[in-house]
Amino acid sequence: MQLLDIRNLTLELSTPDGMIRAVDRVNLSLKEGEVRGLVGESGSGKSLIAKAIMGVLHERWKVSADRFNWCGQDLLRLPYHEQRRIISRDIAMIYQEPSRSMDPTSPIGEQLAESIPDHLLEGSWWQRGSQRKKRAIALLHKVGIRDHAAVLSSYPYQLSEGVCQKIMIAMAIAKNPKLLIADEPTTALESTTQAQLFRLLASFNQLKGTSILLISHELETVARNTDTLSVLYCGQLVEAGDTATLLKHPLHPYTNALIKSVPEFQPDLGFKQQLYALHGSIPTLQHLPIGCRLGPRCPNARKECVKTPLFERQQNHYFSCHFPLSGKTNE
Amino acid sequence: MSNLIEVKGLSKSYQKARGMFSRHTVQALSNVSFSLEAGQTLAIVGETGSGKSTLAKLLVGIEQPDSGEILLAGQQLNCADYQKTNHLIRYIFQDAARSLNPNQKIADILHDVLRYSTVLSVEQRERKIADTLKLLGLLNEHGNYYPHMFSGGQLQRVALARALILDPKILILDEALTALDPSLRAQIVNLLLELQQKTGLAYLLITNQLRLVRHIADQTLVLHKGISLDYGDTSAVFENPQHEYSRKLMKSIEY
Repeated sequence: MQLLDIRNLTLELSTPDGMIRAVDRVNLSLKEGEVRGLVGESGSGKSLIAKAIMGVLHERWKVSADRFNWCGQDLLRLPYHEQRRIISRDIAMIYQEPSRSMDPTSPIGEQLAESIPDHLLEGSWWQRGSQRKKRAIALLHKVGIRDHAAVLSSYPYQLSEGVCQKIMIAMAIAKNPKLLIADEPTTALESTTQAQLFRLLASFNQLKGTSILLISHELETVARNTDTLSVLYCGQLVEAGDTATLLKHPLHPYTNALIKSVPEFQPDLGFKQQLYALHGSIPTLQHLPIGCRLGPRCPNARKECVKTPLFERQQNHYFSCHFPLSGKTNE
Repeated sequence: MSNLIEVKGLSKSYQKARGMFSRHTVQALSNVSFSLEAGQTLAIVGETGSGKSTLAKLLVGIEQPDSGEILLAGQQLNCADYQKTNHLIRYIFQDAARSLNPNQKIADILHDVLRYSTVLSVEQRERKIADTLKLLGLLNEHGNYYPHMFSGGQLQRVALARALILDPKILILDEALTALDPSLRAQIVNLLLELQQKTGLAYLLITNQLRLVRHIADQTLVLHKGISLDYGDTSAVFENPQHEYSRKLMKSIEY
């Protein structure tokens, strides 16, 4: 079943210099039980999209979409309270930098108990307190924290980033969400803890059928842990499709550059050899090029690229480029 | 080739107050030895608290070691002659945006470096700055910019310019490549490799990104709780780690 179906999502911000379109007509869909990766560089609008799904964007942002369906219901057309009710019931998010996203003034136990919704607790009101505590402990065990007594009574600053991240996940799964959005979950973590985290997310996906939207800028980690992949550049969706096919036959020059810039995907690359890199740097939001936003940096840009390319499809592989790299394999 | 820098049995511990009277000692580094030749790259990997940054601080002379010695081209390095050694070992910080003074233009930042550490005249300094900016693929006009006018990749270039302007022999990159976006990282990595080929710079790469280490480092040192576990050629360390912890670390790449 289609869980999330977003068509032409546009996020705009009005500034003294006029409207800035930070996210430009992005399509995103997620099936039940799917793990989708969202890859893009900083400023490409990954986190904005996640926040738009959660409905926590600042009111200055103008959100518009042709379709913003959650389980067949258009969220944008619902009244505010209804919208909040559905989102808080079904969607959970793990924010960037866990230790900073938690309340520094209250101990973990309180914060975790707060995130457990009432309808999951049984019994009468006087039993709620002890039930909540029991559940909180069970949640900590689920995310792999054994020493629950010490963790529940400590404050976020007393714990390491990896443990904070696990608590964040415990809070997110407390309400058995249908969709879990993980926004750069590994940036702050050591590589050994990263591996643990991905195993944890994968187990939730398999055991409970939770869909996961994994947002990251590291292509290699995303590629390994996802079924499908969407690649963003500067607020435009450049390519989307199955992770494996996308990595093997990228059709968009940007995806191609991303793949080639990772030494791991280049088995023939000699030791200390130059990596493939696009020249130039990411444009700022105030100075976005017209048309295809990769235009000035693209190796095969032509005159037509000043018009925004349409989103085309080849079987299950979507791309938006006037001159796709067709027929070329990446091996 | 002779060793550019040689570290023998370096140890460092910190005193931390615990309660009002008692103190306890944290052994940040114990008995770490390695050597680095010109034109080579040594990667130091390990998790937070493994003493990576302490090691870097000892090398640049911010901290004094408890025991052990650092030999720079055969001569013992002393914390006191910082003026002498800061030409040779330069340090690049994790976040370029936060390590540059936002109130100073790039040219002024570079002028200051030269004014404090060399005896060049104003014209010579200006020529040197122009040369360095050119070497890093920046324009001369960029000297009149303030740090906030640059993008992330360019800022990292400016930070490199500040380090390279004194023609160092060793560059310490403390997680300098971690925060960059993939395409910018590729650009900076290319730049570093090119500089190494051209000038024979030696890099000390402190990082968590094992995949990158595999690509650019000649040698790897695995640190864990201040103790050096595996040390040797990168390929050997990656393929055949001797210690349990290193094995776990190398295995984690697969995820």
